[in-house]
Amino acid sequence: MRYIEPHAHMVSRTTDDYLSLACAGCKVVNEPAFWAGFDRASAQGFYDYFRQITEYEPKRAAKFCIDHYTWLCINPKEAEDPGLAREVMALIPEFLERPNVLGIGEIGLNKNSRNELAILEEHIQIAADYDQLILVHTPHLEDKLKGTKLIVDALRNHPKIDPARVIIDHVEEHTAPLVLDKGFWAGMTLYPESKVTPNRAIDMLEIYGHERIWMNSACDWGVSDPLSVPKAALEMRRRGYDDAFIDKIVYQNPAQFMGQSPRFKPV
Amino acid sequence: MDARIKLIDIAAFLDRLDRHDQADDYRVHALREAISLLGGDGPGRAAEILDALSDQSEAPIEAATIQGAFGAPNPDSK
Ligand SMILES: [Zn+2]
Repeated sequence: MRYIEPHAHMVSRTTDDYLSLACAGCKVVNEPAFWAGFDRASAQGFYDYFRQITEYEPKRAAKFCIDHYTWLCINPKEAEDPGLAREVMALIPEFLERPNVLGIGEIGLNKNSRNELAILEEHIQIAADYDQLILVHTPHLEDKLKGTKLIVDALRNHPKIDPARVIIDHVEEHTAPLVLDKGFWAGMTLYPESKVTPNRAIDMLEIYGHERIWMNSACDWGVSDPLSVPKAALEMRRRGYDDAFIDKIVYQNPAQFMGQSPRFKPV
Repeated sequence: MDARIKLIDIAAFLDRLDRHDQADDYRVHALREAISLLGGDGPGRAAEILDALSDQSEAPIEAATIQGAFGAPNPDSK
């Protein structure tokens, strides 16, 4: 089975995880910029992080025959300080030239604050100015519904943003229709302790359809499973879905979304 | 039946809260209300429960003073 891991934070995973991904059939990883588990003290910290995800991580992935793509931003958890956020955003244009960069992400909201929303809108403007794809993080738990609505409104309020070029990630049953009905792509994150289980993700495919949707592990430094996508594929097979359907969900759909960037090379 | 062990785990969790005198917490109240939605006829029980455990306000908050979330909206933060 071939598949794409469309949301993984490989900087916080071991090289053994690359081996496991490769052995499970992973051909491509997609790494949005995110929170490092702590707040960085300066824009210089982000400069080095952007170097890591555009220079070093693609080389580490290539050793396991995995193509590595990435996305740039200051994540919403660190967006409460607009001064720092704007310094980091000023670094983005120079890195947009790098060959593995597909767009702006994962931007979004965390606690749904005014500052987070202002910085989200400024990121959306960068994406519009540089004609970039957008990958969006939605908030956790009780904050997800409100945050998803605010994010959808912010994106729809921008005249140059095409929803077909935006993926809104970490949807659950109550937010998937808000995203899909407006023409956006939706991402489902398979986490052992929150977000969705493989069974719920497959349920959502049955309920909301299998177009403009992908599933990912969002594996990072927290409790997460880098092999959750192939495990969900096994669960699909147990439910009777055939190889062609599984390939559409775990390979073709992410390839279709990422392929809107000329940088993406199908495998 | 995988759901059986999950249901019993929730029951044991509620018993544990009582035993340790922790049942009077806004998250437990929200959980108990959400559990009552399991008795509905569906479809859409999962979305209903997620909605019940969501902040239903619409305006952005003034400032983020924490980074985490708790699982249910805190009635005192309104
Ligand atoms: Zn992420």
